Amino acid sequence: MMNNVIELRDLVVVRGDRTVIPGLTLGVAAGVTGLLGPSGCGKSTLLRSVVGVQRIRSGAVEVLGLPAGDRGLRDRVGYVTQAASVYDDLTVAENLRFFARVLGVLRGEVDAAVAAVDLGEQRDQVVGNLSGGQRSRASLAVALLGDPDVLVLDEPTVGLDPVLRRDLWRLFHRLADRGKAVLVSSHVMDEADRCDRLLLMREGRIIADGTPDAIRGSARDIEAAFLQIVEAPA
Amino acid sequence: MSARVTLAVAGRVLRQVRRDHRTLAMLLVLPCLLMSLLWWMFADLPGNAFDGFGPALLAIFPFTVMFLVTSVTTLRERGSGTLERLLSMPMGKLDFLLGYALAFGVLAAVQSALAVAVSVGLLGLDVNGPVWLLGVVAVVDAVLGTALGLLVSAFADTEFQAVQFMPAFVVPQLLLCGLFVARDELPAVLSALSNVLPLSYAVDAMQELVGTADQASVWADVSVVLAFALAGLALGAATLRRRTP
Repeated sequence: MMNNVIELRDLVVVRGDRTVIPGLTLGVAAGVTGLLGPSGCGKSTLLRSVVGVQRIRSGAVEVLGLPAGDRGLRDRVGYVTQAASVYDDLTVAENLRFFARVLGVLRGEVDAAVAAVDLGEQRDQVVGNLSGGQRSRASLAVALLGDPDVLVLDEPTVGLDPVLRRDLWRLFHRLADRGKAVLVSSHVMDEADRCDRLLLMREGRIIADGTPDAIRGSARDIEAAFLQIVEAPA
Repeated sequence: MSARVTLAVAGRVLRQVRRDHRTLAMLLVLPCLLMSLLWWMFADLPGNAFDGFGPALLAIFPFTVMFLVTSVTTLRERGSGTLERLLSMPMGKLDFLLGYALAFGVLAAVQSALAVAVSVGLLGLDVNGPVWLLGVVAVVDAVLGTALGLLVSAFADTEFQAVQFMPAFVVPQLLLCGLFVARDELPAVLSALSNVLPLSYAVDAMQELVGTADQASVWADVSVVLAFALAGLALGAATLRRRTP
């Protein structure tokens, strides 16, 4: 059994008067873990809890043995929010240089991050003029700065062309091969096969947990498996 | 707190403003034009009414402009997810706030240098105290505007609301700062109220510089404004939450 990098115990999150996560216990080890589910199922809330920016009602979230959001984690966890959290009025390189200075990492890492997300040609363009996919890749590049041990990525591949999507998943696996934990959410079921481990989420609960093959079982694809699980008689 | 992060934030904010040519032009040119307009209004009247109103305006511009600019930019930063990302990084809340205060303080220094140069050099505003001290007062006013702008942006969900805070927070201070009715001639309640509003001290400092030019009392006023600004920044830091609902 591998050591868990992320540990959630009885996590309860209430937003407004809605219980988004009604009580979740989960361990995530190194490797590429996919969190799949329809939008509104609580994926972002779960990821925000792991990063430590979500106010939680009860339970515990630990990352690398420290409480989520702990000071000691702030340069060890890379986070991509669902909105591209970069400055639209700065260029790609300016954005990265700024976040690199905040993180205190060397400028040389900026070039490596730009190359990793394949934005070399756009590096001196203002982010606001880029396509949606390019903006989200700029945001992903920021998360790669400082070579964090844990990457929490909220729908990083939305709207990307298939070639690029494949390249990014390869990047995630290269990071995982170096011992990193990569937790990626997606609402696109066909991305399931790219994960080492798959978590299917619905209404704040994990309804399936295992390798893509194990979850698919005899079903045609993950979407069909999802439906089977949801509609199975209790 | 870290000087590296504070300077990174300040540098980034200035770079963003520099890229926005229209905003930059308005920040720098508008106060000069408005001072000229004020001078023109009084041009055909006897006496030195411009010397009476001019200094107050020099205090009001940096305060108002920076209040608006800051509250809207911070709100954008909260909405776009960049603040959430920064707060998940090794950035102190004060680094963020001081970075903003520093950037807008620099902008205010340039803005005021131009407005003062036009007022004193071109429009003949009579200043008895040292002219550079006018600049100091203006920068402190701007930092006050930035601090209050940061603070109120925490209570606004949209840019529309943020802009509405201007009549709520700025206009009462404008009315009570002594520009329209001398503060000691206001009804007792309003006079007492004007004593606890920071802009009153900013305007006092400017008027002092133009009038008797008692430097000690200028510095006393400046310290009051600065104290308000620091309190605003501290309260602003309290409203920046790493964890949000």
